[in-house]
Amino acid sequence: MNELTEISANITDYLAEQENKGFLRFITCGSVDDGKSTLIGRLLFDTKLIFEDQLAALERDSKKHGTLGDDIDFALLVDGLEAEREQGITIDVAYRFFATDKRKFIVADTPGHEQYTRNMATGASTADLAVILIDARKGVLTQTRRHSFIVSLLGIRHVVVAVNKMDLVDYSEERFREIEQAYRAFGETFDFETLEIVPVSALKGDNIMERSPVMPWYQGKSLLDHLNTVEIGSDEAERPFRMPVQWVNRPNLDFRGYCGTVVSGTVRPGDKVVIAKSGRATEISRIVSMDGDLDEAVSGDSITLLLKDEVDISRGDVICASDSRAEVADQFSAHLIWMSDEALYPGRPYLLKTGTQTVTATVTELKHKIDVNSFEHLAAKEMHLNEVAFCNLSLSSPIAFDPYETNREMGSFILIDRFTNQTVGAGVIWYALRRASNIHLQALDVDKTAHADLKGQKPAVLWFTGLSGAGKSTIANLVEKKLHARGRHTYLLDGDNVRHGLNRDLGFTEADRVENIRRVGEVAKLFVDAGLITLVSFISPFRAERQMARNLVADDEFIEIYVSTPLSVAEERDPKGLYRKARDGQLKNFTGIDSPYEEPENAQLVLDTVGNDADVLADQVIRYLEDNGYIGR
Amino acid sequence: MPQRRSHLERLEAESIRIIREVAAEMKKPVMLYSIGKDSSVMLHLARKAFYPAPPPFPLMHVDTTWKFREMIEFRDRMAAEAGMELIVHTNLQGKADNINPFDHGSSYYTQVMKTDALKQALDMHKFDAAFGGARRDEEKSRAKERIFSFRTATHAWDPKNQRPELWSIYNTRVKAGESIRVFPLSNWTELDIWQYILAENIPIVPLYFADHRPVVERDGTIIMVDDERMPLKDGESPQMRLVRFRTLGCYPLTGAVESGASTLEEIVEEMLIARTSERSGRMIDHDDSASMEKKKREGYF
Repeated sequence: MNELTEISANITDYLAEQENKGFLRFITCGSVDDGKSTLIGRLLFDTKLIFEDQLAALERDSKKHGTLGDDIDFALLVDGLEAEREQGITIDVAYRFFATDKRKFIVADTPGHEQYTRNMATGASTADLAVILIDARKGVLTQTRRHSFIVSLLGIRHVVVAVNKMDLVDYSEERFREIEQAYRAFGETFDFETLEIVPVSALKGDNIMERSPVMPWYQGKSLLDHLNTVEIGSDEAERPFRMPVQWVNRPNLDFRGYCGTVVSGTVRPGDKVVIAKSGRATEISRIVSMDGDLDEAVSGDSITLLLKDEVDISRGDVICASDSRAEVADQFSAHLIWMSDEALYPGRPYLLKTGTQTVTATVTELKHKIDVNSFEHLAAKEMHLNEVAFCNLSLSSPIAFDPYETNREMGSFILIDRFTNQTVGAGVIWYALRRASNIHLQALDVDKTAHADLKGQKPAVLWFTGLSGAGKSTIANLVEKKLHARGRHTYLLDGDNVRHGLNRDLGFTEADRVENIRRVGEVAKLFVDAGLITLVSFISPFRAERQMARNLVADDEFIEIYVSTPLSVAEERDPKGLYRKARDGQLKNFTGIDSPYEEPENAQLVLDTVGNDADVLADQVIRYLEDNGYIGR
Repeated sequence: MPQRRSHLERLEAESIRIIREVAAEMKKPVMLYSIGKDSSVMLHLARKAFYPAPPPFPLMHVDTTWKFREMIEFRDRMAAEAGMELIVHTNLQGKADNINPFDHGSSYYTQVMKTDALKQALDMHKFDAAFGGARRDEEKSRAKERIFSFRTATHAWDPKNQRPELWSIYNTRVKAGESIRVFPLSNWTELDIWQYILAENIPIVPLYFADHRPVVERDGTIIMVDDERMPLKDGESPQMRLVRFRTLGCYPLTGAVESGASTLEEIVEEMLIARTSERSGRMIDHDDSASMEKKKREGYF
């Protein structure tokens, strides 16, 4: 209680001292009955973090579920879920907080069972140190090896091996040395920066807070002493500056702030920076905060940057030190931990999120699986829950990254299932692949059927034809919205948007009009290959060109939809003022005025826009798709 | 190498990052504002995250109609100061049925006026993300909850099937009707909260400070008689006592502590010496150690 007396004496000093304490995030792991929860309960208890009412509840629970007779079962303090208390095991990661007079700690207590490897990886991803428990009676087990491997894979550089339950082996030095030797035999291969091996009894408190007199042969530090003093080389602030843009702050036209968290390095006004993907260079003008402008921000800070030049930057861009940019690539090699009951198959698309960037990714090649117990490399065609593999990934568009080894935040990613939205995998990036030399795109046997099966739909081209102003785009838009709302995968090619990009070199001569439709038909064909329901909204006045587009895909993949509106009505609507211009002679070759429109003869659907609401007509299209098995009901 | 930032600075940065991620990725987020000290800190962090703009989401308070009067005044003032829209939701059916903690018991009352009310409000406004001020150090099941905690379309939490949450990469994807509860203060402790309030000079409801207040004592709990709706038992008459609150909620369910602490420093000092954890002042947690997990599965924050 000495500490508390001092508090009363000078609360301000005490708070200042609290504020200046160091900080360490660590993880505890070990196999099932090694006593992890007991260890954490002990740490909380010995550092006086357990309040009286919690202790009372603990005593109650100990009698109900405890495994220690009338003794207090510290494990019950941390096993928070009902199922855990009943079964006496840890299922999920629990985060606990305690402090000593030197440091504040966040500890992730993670499960031992093999089926919870993913939870262990979760806890390890944010930790700087790992405490790996070994039951002194059992020695090094396969789980010990697995945990050490995952700890190393996730970049933890500091490890403490706590040989627990020494009380059950009569505090035998011989037994301890045996285990120590066995661990070092394989642990050395991981090349941890620090590796301490401590004999403890979490239950009795030996070598936890202080060195225990019952093991005089042990001359090292107690567990807590080590946690208090181990030097965690947090040198992120010395590394090249990186800030993924998370949010663009534009309260008014005069202010454009780029918000994000500095993931490495230091930044000051005047620093030269580069936007990783675009390569655009500029300079930091201010670092804005509610407490006034800052002179400097370092790794870990969440800040708002103003730049000197107007550069096109949005969420997902990474602002980098100009003399040391992040890599940009759309293919790389990575270690992947699989976290889903559904297996991973190469070629199947997932969402990949890294920092503030989200793209679609596929595993193009599983190089090998790693037996997490023996560390052997095994050939693999698929990955199952809790497996680790080395693989190549290919992305829909490039991302900015750094190898995980040099930058944990810039080199880590998760994979998300696009249908269940579950987080199914986690990966650490090793290096980018050069496209030509390393990747063989044709190695993928993913065809139209595979694309479509995955989307649970039958791809098709919905070809909307009709006069300008007939309502094609309005209806096509509505149809797309309705399909989208049902989770269907669509794309809308619209006369105007295609003409502004892909076809901007084309005019309105007959040859150009044919070429216009040919290109749109080809694009629609590719989209059908990709498994999409592709909506095309084009006047497409000539039967021949519509036939040409139809011939590019299979028979049942082309649905011609005639949006029927009398010329007089369309001309009266004239939403873009084009008819007026055509009548005035300012617009040549305008369909319906001085160029013909050939009505379809065998359209699958005719939509009569006179007296019918666009929404009703869109529903008619949806019904057609349902009735003919393109989409489910 | 010495660490460049203090513990509080790190916590602040982490929370701001979480808040911005929600604003960037979710379609319609809302910040649940309970008016307590944790909410005050969360609101302050949101303002810092988007300065000089106001936070790009509304505040929402689920009003059971039994909050302390001072809380309501404070709420309206803070929302105006932050320049944020304030949505106040009350379960009108519950109000019409006069559901109250005296006649219906704390558990049923909480279900109707808090849990059901919250679900109604989230459904009505179709929010796909809701910030809450809960901390992992508060309670055992919270220690296991993710920062981005997924809820089904019926607002249920499935503790055994949580999304793995690695590094600072948050999976924010939801389908229509589903939502995510986000806890930016997950890694803060009670001491961190008070220290931060002190360091940043964050306004909090005066009820946290000791004052002479009219109270009655029931089953060892000191209850403040905040208005005339509170039925007094035979022989019971409110006494003026020097008390304060360690946690704020509905006044009939919130126990006061006898205390003379009238400054933030004194509150922190008292807290450090206290050997009773803060939730024991809340009457809903007592029944069973697993009671919070149960409530959360049903949609309680």
